[in-house]
Amino acid sequence: MTTILDPTDERVPVARQITPRTGNISGVIGLLDISKPRGSVLLDELERLLAARYPDVETRRYAKPTFAKPCPSDLRLQIKSECTVLVEALAD
Amino acid sequence: MTATRPAFSLRDLAGAARAFPTGRSSLICFVKEDCNTCNLAAPVLEAFHRAWGDVADIWMLGQTADGNAILRDRHGLTLPILDDGALQTSLAWGFDIVPAVFWIAADGAPQPPLEGFSRQEWETLAKKISQDLQAPPAAVAWADLPEWRPGCGSKHLDPEIHDRLLAEAAGSPIRARRIEIAPADDIDEFMFDQGFSDGLPVVPPTPERVLRMLSGVRRDPQDIVAVVPPNMAPATVEKIAINAVMAGCRPEYLPVVIAAVEAVCTDEFNMHGVTATTMGASPVLVINGPIRQRIGMNMKLAALGNGNRANATIGRALRLVIRNLGGARPGGVDRSTMSSPMKFTMCFAEWEEGSPWDPLHVERGFQREDSVVTAFAMTSGPVQIVDQESRKPDQMGGTLGLGLEAMFLSKIHRMPVDALLVVCPEHVRTLTSDGGYSKARLRDRIQAVTSRPLREMVSNEVSGAGIPVASAAKMTEAMLASPAPKFADTKFIHIVVAGSEAGKFSAAFHGWVTGAAGSAVVSRKIDC
Repeated sequence: MTTILDPTDERVPVARQITPRTGNISGVIGLLDISKPRGSVLLDELERLLAARYPDVETRRYAKPTFAKPCPSDLRLQIKSECTVLVEALAD
Repeated sequence: MTATRPAFSLRDLAGAARAFPTGRSSLICFVKEDCNTCNLAAPVLEAFHRAWGDVADIWMLGQTADGNAILRDRHGLTLPILDDGALQTSLAWGFDIVPAVFWIAADGAPQPPLEGFSRQEWETLAKKISQDLQAPPAAVAWADLPEWRPGCGSKHLDPEIHDRLLAEAAGSPIRARRIEIAPADDIDEFMFDQGFSDGLPVVPPTPERVLRMLSGVRRDPQDIVAVVPPNMAPATVEKIAINAVMAGCRPEYLPVVIAAVEAVCTDEFNMHGVTATTMGASPVLVINGPIRQRIGMNMKLAALGNGNRANATIGRALRLVIRNLGGARPGGVDRSTMSSPMKFTMCFAEWEEGSPWDPLHVERGFQREDSVVTAFAMTSGPVQIVDQESRKPDQMGGTLGLGLEAMFLSKIHRMPVDALLVVCPEHVRTLTSDGGYSKARLRDRIQAVTSRPLREMVSNEVSGAGIPVASAAKMTEAMLASPAPKFADTKFIHIVVAGSEAGKFSAAFHGWVTGAAGSAVVSRKIDC
């Protein structure tokens, strides 16, 4: 953990900004299992519901090698290049 | 009583918390495992513990957690060994050398600590403890011990550790919001993402770096130096120091950065307007006085360019203050059409020693021995003025005038706009080749060679800029024939000397809207 001091006038909270929400369900939806137990159960059900309600939507499944480490950059790039949106299942 | 030393609560090797003061007499000894003298002292302390441990607390405070277990095993110690691996207690107790022994008698006056090992001092202390406790002496074979051993520097004074400890200590002067960056985050990328950077990498402003930066001034870190436009944010010394760290400044540059912030955050300089203008103005800082030499500024070869840390980072620190504190960002309040690399940094020193004239700050009313920053709001520059042929003083002055005529648009004259002329040493030599050539004479020469009939400024088919045709139609022939020099007044021509002794290339910076409606030149004395 590195600590730095805020160089600004501190009017704005320092935080990572959330990626803008798309507002609709279309394109390729990535389903990322972070490899925690039973994450696949949640994603299986989500994939079934998506297929039933949005037959035009394609889903693709991904899994992190381990939940204990950040997603490998190769996998991140692959998901980014293949998917419109990503659903990440934390589970337990 | 025992509250004569700072309280602490530290864990012993069994993981139990032990708090000081204990309510009993205490012997506290700071040690580090890799110090030979500490290893010499450890068995003595153990003997103290065995002799008096039931009526007093004899504790060793080790400066590394791993080292404590090693010391215990190496010497078969049974006395409590507490973990001061964080070194905050060492810092708070304030000694230089380990072993450092503090005897705090329950009802005695505070004793100065013993640092290192002097057999006589330690033996005297042992007698005193024995007396204070009214207990038998400890079983120490004093005669077998060396007369003197120097001890080692305490770990908390390690330069890499000390500043961090000060920054984290309860009395730290740091007040800025602390931002924790997760280990998985790249710190440089994080700072880019937060918009803290001008587009180039910045040095992470860690608390210890900011504390070191603050050592460059004597001022209270919470002093408000200025209110920074456009957000009108208060700039404390601390906030300026944070941005100075990011810019790459050394602590000794900080007084210059502070004076520069003071100069531009004035009504006269009008930093808001300078920021907002589509013309893309930015402060150009000229440094005068002894501080130039003291902090190693460049005023000679490549004075206006890259390669010198002070020149580069002082100008950049000012820009980062304007950006991060003032909130001036391109596309926000900064509406520059083209902008300019001067918005990264533009700061140089005048080569006073190479000038035949009073330096800029003396002209502006300061003493020669004062150190001064002068801020100009400039939209272009440095623009070179090339003349390798002139050999006569007035030819040289004429060239400098013709060079300045290009400001904004060569056609436009009688401009109430500042220009900063940086005369190179070879051009100075030509100017003064027949003796003195005053700045006043040079200014007059510039005005003389740039004087053109007013009618040349009238809008025409070559260029629509200038006096509208309808306005010109109302002028008399005499008015149209009257000579119009480049500048509305010689006071707009500012002259300094800088650059390499080889090369006949002077330079000019072109101003913005000058005066009350725009920006005035502002100088501030540097507190150093």
